[in-house]
Parts: sequence; structure tokens; C-alpha cells
Amino acid sequence: MTLEELRKIAAAEQQTQQKYGHRVHVCIAAGCLSSHSDLVKEALRKEVLESGMQSDVLVKGVGCMGLCSAGPLVAVEPEGTLFAGVKAEDAAEIVAGLDSGAPAATSCPTDVPFFERQQKIVLENSGKIDPERIEDYIAADGYAALVHALAEMSPAEVIQQVLRSGLRGRGGAGYPTGLKWTTVAKAGEERKFVICNADEGDPGAFMDRAVLESDPHRVLEGMALAAYAVGAQQGYIYVRAEYPLAVKHLKTAIRQAEHMGLLGNSICSTRFSFHVDIRLGAGAFVCGEETALLASIEGRRGSPRPRPPYPAEDGLWGCPTLINNVETFANVPPIVRKGGEWFAGIGTEKSKGTKVFALAGRVANTGLIEVPMGITLREIIFQIGGGIPEGKRFKAVQTGGPSGGCIPEQYLDSPVDYESLAKIGSIMGSGGMIVMDETSCMVDVARYFMEFCKSESCGKCVPCRTGTAQLHDLLAKITEGTATPAELALVEELCDLVKHTSLCGLGQTAPNPVLSTLRYFREEYEAHIAKKECRAGVCQMHASGEVMP
Amino acid sequence: MQPFFEQQRSPSEDKRWKIVEATARRHGREPHALIETLHTVQESFGYLDETALGYVAGLLRVPLSRVYGVATFYHFFTLKPKGKHTCVVCTGTACYIKGAPALLAAVGKRYGIQPGETTGDNRLSLVTARCLGSCGLAPAAVLDSAVLGKVTPATLVEQIERGVKHDA
Repeated sequence: MTLEELRKIAAAEQQTQQKYGHRVHVCIAAGCLSSHSDLVKEALRKEVLESGMQSDVLVKGVGCMGLCSAGPLVAVEPEGTLFAGVKAEDAAEIVAGLDSGAPAATSCPTDVPFFERQQKIVLENSGKIDPERIEDYIAADGYAALVHALAEMSPAEVIQQVLRSGLRGRGGAGYPTGLKWTTVAKAGEERKFVICNADEGDPGAFMDRAVLESDPHRVLEGMALAAYAVGAQQGYIYVRAEYPLAVKHLKTAIRQAEHMGLLGNSICSTRFSFHVDIRLGAGAFVCGEETALLASIEGRRGSPRPRPPYPAEDGLWGCPTLINNVETFANVPPIVRKGGEWFAGIGTEKSKGTKVFALAGRVANTGLIEVPMGITLREIIFQIGGGIPEGKRFKAVQTGGPSGGCIPEQYLDSPVDYESLAKIGSIMGSGGMIVMDETSCMVDVARYFMEFCKSESCGKCVPCRTGTAQLHDLLAKITEGTATPAELALVEELCDLVKHTSLCGLGQTAPNPVLSTLRYFREEYEAHIAKKECRAGVCQMHASGEVMP
Repeated sequence: MQPFFEQQRSPSEDKRWKIVEATARRHGREPHALIETLHTVQESFGYLDETALGYVAGLLRVPLSRVYGVATFYHFFTLKPKGKHTCVVCTGTACYIKGAPALLAAVGKRYGIQPGETTGDNRLSLVTARCLGSCGLAPAAVLDSAVLGKVTPATLVEQIERGVKHDA
């Protein structure tokens, strides 16, 4: 495959699509699919056929459009109109209104902050292309970066662009991607691996799933560019078994890319070969930690090991291994295509580019959003998210899942970047963002996350295995109203111990939800202990005076 | 003497063992294919019993202790057969703060089972999921393979009643 041939495929596909006066996009990603968007798609197809418009109207399934709470979503291009909450019965009205542009009962405005305040790089094709057709991806400039890099750039030049872009790991820790690539490239070994971490285990996070379901070729292209840059021949995508649709789309995408010679042996007739295989996770949160993930790919229990040595030097089967997150890889093709400087022009001084968030919880517009780094939490929650429904009061926003923290109202104007979020006791995390209102009890939330960490602890190191269990029991006592002030002091002491002595990231960050809620909502803890009172009305208190054995 | 690796022949005539063998063969019967092979067993048989664990150990030349260790380490694998119907309640953060505990309590009360248990008549299993990724539809549940979004305790119990009664 040459750039010339790729452009021909793209041009042919664009021409085919432009033949149609209207292109009806139906979201068939997991969110909308669960409200039966597949039936909506069939109904629209049937309606188009019955009204004899099949030569002018194309109905196609696309990936996530973002506003998951209003699904199933249907969009019409090139007009750019959107329909929300569409049922199969609504197909006739939508098709009838295509030519006149008459609004339907399910019409949804698109000139609202939810759409206008977003900036899409990772999700630029999501909701636009058919994830099961490689031609559609190629027509959207897909694989152009890979073909160009193989023909015109040296591996070092690819790394140079990534370094210049300032891209940092999107899995949560924010390690500079270019530096990681440099380390793996420098490792002298013959055999190297590239691994895509798609074990999205944070409760409340579904960014990676949406990217894999909506634009799987993007991730494959990013992985192939990485493999070329660091000199790897084999890649693995470690994806959750709980994401069957993502697995299906990935398998299709790998097959198509191999068929076109964009993956496999001698890619684009060069000496570069790269094979990608899928490995299914089996429901262990700890496998998001890179050394545990490696153990799992090797067919073992997902127990982490101490670092260093880092996987970049001593990874899968002892070989140098590059591990990046789905969103990190998805950022790579546009960086190589448009140059590192372009990417570095977006975002803040230390956090470049955009970030995808899964916005959920007590907020009007729940769904998937992509925003430039440096936007404030207030803008995300109150403009894009549309604020808190039912006239309730905002209480906290939780980022980073079980490793993150709860951010109170006084920090809503903090910019969203790696350093700022760390400064206020939370982390960027992989992108889960859960909004809580006055009906949530912060002690109960801390207990909830500790229960999660307790059950997900792999059991290898004592501080995490025993510490999280003890912390959970203490927090449970507080929520039951049977704890003493001395036990609160014990919670703090134990948090400090677990944080500093655990083996891997799971244990080291497990106390974060407790520490951040203690920092900002200490009076709630104290009310539970001293007055046996849960102001949010979540915790079931034992009758006062009753002493637990 | 290789006591761990004895069992190489299919435990029965059941055709589904052929699918399991195919997975193992695709990975060259290497020990690293363990998780992939267990996935195939669970997909084909619904759960992992002792016979299956022993057979996989022989197939991949891995000690049975390691097979058992892996099968019990990962939440996705189950050593017990599930009921005829399965209700999964998502307990991810978004669902939790939007009322997942009430859903579990309602189903538990109606059928007398705790999460992870199956009713005595084998009709219904109740399980929890860490996160279904359907946070936009919180609180969410899955009944057999249908995802139900924005459910309340009453609508969930009603849906289960309907599903269970359907084949009564």
C-alpha cells in the first residue's frame, strides 16, 4: 500500500458517500444499543426502502455520539441535525422530514454548550464513521499517518513528533509518552512488544470502551506507529471480557487491516512487520496495573511485581515492552499526521491536548465528552453537563475512580490538568467523572470505594490486603454510627500506612477517596461519630445509645 | 512420572471439548493460553467444573494448582453453574449513587437471595458487576442479555417476574 493507493481508496469512499443527499447516522455503540438502537436502524432502513429513497438516503451504524443519557441518538449529515430518544416508531417521521428539514418530535438542539464547548481529537471519528468498515476510516484520513511515516520518516523522527507534542499517558498517571517510547526504542533487545491497556476497570469510566467500539482502527494505527517507532514486531490489546462489542469491532478491524496490508508482514512493502492479537481480561481491576497486566497476558494470576525494572526494559516474557492506554494510542495518528507542534498548541503548559471524560452521576447530561486540557470543572459540570437536575445542590465531583478523590465546590474553578487535580487531592485518572449532589453521603462514598479496593486487592502485599480490609471495617462502623473519635484517628493513621507501604498503585492510591473526603468533608465524619447523624440520609444508623458488641 | 499432565483425552464425547481444544491449539498449547482457554470453556459450558479444570491443566501442561489459582483469582470465571436466568445489577459509582443498593435489596427480598446466589429452584441468579460502562443510563441492570437502563426497584422486579414467568 502506498500513499497514492490509500488516497484512491479514500477518494472512492468519499465519492460513494457524497452520492447520497442525506446520510443518516444511528449510534450502535453499547449505550444506545442497550436502548435498542439496532431496531431503530432497521426501521429507518425499511422506511427508506419503502419510500423509494434508497438512492438518496444512506442509513449507517456509527459509534458513540456522546450524549448517552438521551439515546438512542440519530444524526443526519450533511445537515447536522440530531434526534434523541428515537424509537423504531419514529422512523417514518424522521425519513419524511429529511427533504423538508421539518423538525420531528424527537429533534434535539445541537447549538448547546454540550456540543459547542467540546473539542474532539480522539473522538473526531466517533459517531461519524462506521466502525466496522475500514474504508470509512480511510476516508477520514485514516492510516495516512502510518503510510506516510513508513515511507518518509525514520523511527526516531516519529518519536521526535510524539516528544514535541507533549502527550502524556492517558491511563491516569500522566507519564510523558515520548519518554516511554524513547526508553523502549533504546533497549537493545531483538524482541519487543507493544501493548494496549484496554482493561478499563474503574467503576464509572467508559471512555476506552467508546473509543474501541466507535473507532477501533484509530487504536490499531496508533499501535502500529508505536511499534515502528520502538522496533516491536508483536502487539497485544488487553481488553475486558465485559466489553463484547469492543472485542467484536477490534477483531473485525484487525482482519480488515491485515487484508489491506496495513498490519501483518511487510507492511506497505517495507521491512516493517507488526502483528496484533487480542487478550481478554477476566475481571480483575488490578490488571490495569502494568506489571499485573503482563502477568495476566502470560496466563498467570494478575499479581504485580515491584518496579524497577520497568516494563520498558523488562516486560512481557522479559522483553522490552511498551504499554500505553487506549486513549494515548488514539492520540498518536493525528500527532504524526499534523505534527507535534499542532498538538502542543492545545491545552495548558504542562498538560497538552484534550482529555475524554465519562461524565456521569447527578448531572443533567451524562455521557462521553472530550474537552481541551485546562478547562475548569465548573465549565464541564454546569455548561457541558447542564448542571444538577431536580434543583438539588452540587456537593462534590469525583475523578480518578477508586484511586482518585472528591473535589468540593470551592475548587470548581480549578483547571483540569494533571498538576492542578493532584494539588487538590485528586488525580486526572483515566477519565471517570462522577458528579454528586446533597443526596450523597461522603463517608458512604469513601466506604464504597474502600470496599471496591478491598475486594480487588490481589493479596500479594500485606499493607494492601489487610489495610484495605481494616479501613473498610472502620469506615463501615462510622457509617453505622458505632465508631469512636479514636477510630477516626486510626483511619487516618492506617491511610498513611497503606499509601506509603503498598507494593503497587492499587494499594498506594486506595486511601485517596478517604483522605480527600476527610480533607473537605470532615464535619460529615464527625457528625456520624458524635451525633450519629447522616445529613444526606444515606446511612442507616443504629439507635443512639446502643452499643455494638 | 507426570501426574499433573495425565489427562489429555476429552473428558467426554461432548462436542464442546473440540472448541476448547481448538483454542489451546491456536496458542500452540502454551501455558500462556490458560486464561484464553478458560474463557472458551466458560463460554461453551457456562462455568468451570473440576473436570474442566483438570482437563485444561493436562491440555496446556500446567499444574492443576495454577489452573485453580487463575480460575479463582479472576471474578469473571465462575465455578458454580448459574441459574436459568441471570440478573446482573451494576454497582459502579454512577449506579451506586443513583440507587443500585436499593435494586439489590428489592430483588434479594423478592427471591430470598443475596448477590452471588441462585434461587433454590435454579430459576434466577443474582450477581453484581463492577461497572457495565452504561453510566449514562444509571442505575443499570442486565437481565439475561438485555441491558435495562434507568431502572427502579419496582420496574426491575417486574421485569424479572415477567422473564422468569415466561418459561414457567
